[in-house]
This record gives sequence, C-alpha cells and structure tokens, in this order.
Amino acid sequence: MGALLELQHISFLADSEQGKGERKEILHDVNLTINERFVALTGPNGGGKSTLAKVIAGIYRPSAGKIIFKGEDITDLSVTERAKKGVSFAFQQPVRFKGITVRDLLSIAAGKKLTVSEACHYLSEVGLCAREYVEREVNASLSGGELKRVEIATILARGTELSVFDEPEAGIDLWSFNSLIAVFEQMHRKVNGSILIISHQERILNIADKIVVLADGRVSREGGREILPELLSGARPSTCAVLTGEARRG
Amino acid sequence: MDAIERDLLEKVADLHGVPEGAYNIRENGKSVSRSSSANIEIVSKTEAGKSGIDIFIKPGTKNESVHIPVILSQSGLHEVVYNDFHIGEGADVLIIAGCGIHNCGVQDSEHSGVHTFYVGKNAKVKYVEKHYGDGDGTGERIMNPTSEVYIEEGGSMEMETTQIKGVDSTCRVTKAKLAKGASLVVREKIYTHGKQLAKTDFLVNLDGEGAAADLVSRSVAAEQSHQEFNAVINGNAKCTGHSECDAIIMDQGTVTALPALTANSVDAELIHEAAIGKIAGEQLIKLMTLGLSEQQAEEQIIQGFLK
Repeated sequence: MGALLELQHISFLADSEQGKGERKEILHDVNLTINERFVALTGPNGGGKSTLAKVIAGIYRPSAGKIIFKGEDITDLSVTERAKKGVSFAFQQPVRFKGITVRDLLSIAAGKKLTVSEACHYLSEVGLCAREYVEREVNASLSGGELKRVEIATILARGTELSVFDEPEAGIDLWSFNSLIAVFEQMHRKVNGSILIISHQERILNIADKIVVLADGRVSREGGREILPELLSGARPSTCAVLTGEARRG
Repeated sequence: MDAIERDLLEKVADLHGVPEGAYNIRENGKSVSRSSSANIEIVSKTEAGKSGIDIFIKPGTKNESVHIPVILSQSGLHEVVYNDFHIGEGADVLIIAGCGIHNCGVQDSEHSGVHTFYVGKNAKVKYVEKHYGDGDGTGERIMNPTSEVYIEEGGSMEMETTQIKGVDSTCRVTKAKLAKGASLVVREKIYTHGKQLAKTDFLVNLDGEGAAADLVSRSVAAEQSHQEFNAVINGNAKCTGHSECDAIIMDQGTVTALPALTANSVDAELIHEAAIGKIAGEQLIKLMTLGLSEQQAEEQIIQGFLK
C-alpha cells in the first residue's frame, strides 16, 4: 500500500513583495511521503514550511507537481473537498469569529451538533476547563494561548487521517509540552493516521518518527530521530543555525 | 386570524397564539385582542387623531411581561401609532414588541410606531423588538420606529432590536435622557438585502451623575442595500458612554457609520468604535478546512455575527 500522503515535485510561486508582477519561488521541487505516525517539518524561518502546509490543505495551489492522498490525486481539489476526504489543518495564527462560540466551532469541525458534554470532552483534552469555555465566543476575548488550544481541539473533533499542525506549541501558555504531545499520541491512537507538525521545538522533534528539514524551499535533510543530534550540533551549518536559534527557546 | 397573520405573529413575537399576561395585539390598524393583568393596565388613547395605547405598570411589579405585537397584512395601509409606557418605581418587566408586514399588493404598507418610555426610579425594563416583512407584492414594506426614553434615577433599560428580513425601508430614531445613576443598553441587529435602506439615529443625553449608555449595532448589508448608523452621545455630567457599529458588507452593499460624542463635563468618559468590512478571507478558509463549502462558511459567519 502507498503512503497516506505523497508530494511529487511540488513547486510554488508567489507574487513577490515588491509587486510589479514578479514571482518568487517559495517551494522548489519538493518530494515527500508521509506515512509515519508523527512527521516533523522543521527548518529556518522563510524556508517554506507554512507554505507547504497550506499547499497540502489546498489553501495554495502548487505551480507544479502533484499531491496524492490515499492513492488519489487531490492536486486540483478545493480546500473543502480535501477536508471532506480527511485532511485537517491547524492554523499557526487561529482565526477569530464574532458570535461563533467554541461549541459552534467544534460542532462544525465534528460535522454534527455537539452536546455540551461532547464539546467539553475535546476541551478537557487540550487542558481547558470546559465549562468556562464551551459557550464563549471565539473572539478577541480569548487569549492567544486559549485560541491556540481551541484550534487544536477542532482538529481533535475532526479526527481525520491526516492532521497538519503549523507551530502548535507557539504561544501555548501555562500548558506543558507533555500535554501537547499526549494529545498527539491520543489522536494517533484514535484514528491511526499521520500527524505532520511544523515545529522548531526540540521536544517535538524528539517524538517524531521522521524529521524533514525544509530550507530555501527545498528538502535539505530527511531522516529518523537519529538525525536530530546532528541537526542540533551545528554539524550542518545550513540547518542547525536555525535550529539552535529557535529550538532552545521556550 | 389567518395563516399569514399567525406566521407574522410568530416571526415578530415568537407567539403561537394568545400570550400569557398583559398583551395587546394590533392587526391592520386596530386592536383586535387585549388583556390587562392585576399589575399592568392597557388602555386605548382617547385623544382625537391619535391612535395607540397607554400601558401602566404598577410600582414594584416584578417578573411580568407585556406583549404588544403589530401585524399588517393589508396592502396599502399607512399608520402611525403612539404607545406610551409608564413604568412604576422599582418595577422589573419585560416588554415584547414587534412588527410584521405581509405585503402582496402593489401599494406600500407602512407602520410608524412612536414609543415613549417613562422608566421610574430604580425600575428595570427589558424591551425586545423584532421587525420582519414578507409577501411578494411590489408595494414596499416600510417601518419607521421612534423611541423616546426617559430614565429616572437608578432606572435601567435594555433594548434589543432586530430587523431580520424583508423590510424595504426603515428609519429608526431613538432618543434617550438619563438621570443620575440610570443606564441604557442597546443591542441592535440589522440584516438588509435587495435594494433595502436602513437608517438608525441615536441621540443619548447622559444628564445625571453616574449615568451610563452602551449602544452596539451589528449589521450586515448584502446585495445593493444601504445602511446608515448615526449615534450621538452627549455626556453632560460624570458619566460613561460607548457606541459601537460593527458592519459586514457583501456584494454591492454599502454602510455609513457616523458616531459622534460630545463631552460637556470634564468627568464624562465617552468612547466610540466603528468598523466596516467584508468577511475576512481567512475566516472563510478556516471554516472550509473544517469541511464547509464557501457558501456554507459565509452563512455560518453571518449567522454567528447576528446571533
């Protein structure tokens, strides 16, 4: 059986910030298969990680290459169609909505109207005291860290085979890494799918079954957990400079 | 009452029949059903040329409600109605008003309700009003509500007004005068579509020390509709005032927001906020990553916004 997700020769051109119709290549001929339990995507800022995640979710269309999900070519499918097929995406900066409650959002994610106790279940898993949050609006009254955990809870409620998290640990205040990792483990146990995590955090990289380093829009290194010491040691200047800068934080 | 009228009554007052407690149901220009209670008396106005009712709520009346829905199903009817509410000291009541127009004719139908509220000392009023129009005639459905609110010392009023659908033209005027320690909260929700026009004017005078007003309008202007929001708050004493207009525009919809504040006392604290914009692209995308289509995502966002 093939991989859950396969990226074949993915390139992505974006309009350059200077405008004038110039286009800049953000991703260049990226090949990647995802079949492992946890795959960590790391590398320097501006290396194309978030762009790649958005290409997988369908938010960006690649300028070249193919995306194969469960053996099916989904390159031309919309965000909605991919979501329905089993792709979930947790935003790095979660979106706020006036008037939509946490329970509403979790219900949309689950595809059915959730009872208070069902919604509470997902919230407790991300360490939020459910009763206080379930009827709160997903608006500016939630802190960045609370919002981030609600975002993770929506992915739990979806329970899809592929879940992509863009820097899930960023801004998670007062909640331990261990809990976040426990959530990932729990997700895997439930759906037996794959979780792709964009992260600079050593502790996240430490649980990965596969680590992929993306730099300048290319896969510059790929391997099991055994490549981590090398990435952290500075033996390969192209990648470790970044990791040492970012990974030790937090 | 026929099916159309029953439907209007349900839309504007959540009523499936005759309500409990005090009520007055006005249908096509006259009162068709009325009931007073031990503490709430409803009487017709007797002045010549002035149609409407006086509602007297005894001091100290607690946990009672008054329903005063208006329905118009005759095309071409124009009416001005005067309803005066006299709310006794220390009372705590819920007033449910609402107007539904069904117009399937070619002539315009118009209801202008002039409501005056005299809120007694330490009395508490919650006023809920819904406006709704339907019918497939070419005649317009027009509603021009005017509210005058006088709140005595320590009194409070909360107004929740909603215009959901089908009203072609509306000009809402709310004027309020607040005495010492009085408070006014307004929550307005408007959805316009087609070529509809909705205008709201607030004029609030915070006259007494410790008076407080909070006006919040959330609106969606879709298709070719236009909305205007004017909010004037005058702080004439040590007081707090806040107005907020939050509008979503869609299609070719347009919105004008004109908040104005005047501080006539150095201790007045006044704030206004106004934001107009289309639905953020990232909101749509987020909901689409949860499996909704773009249209479903849009509906969900608007439904939440106007909830």
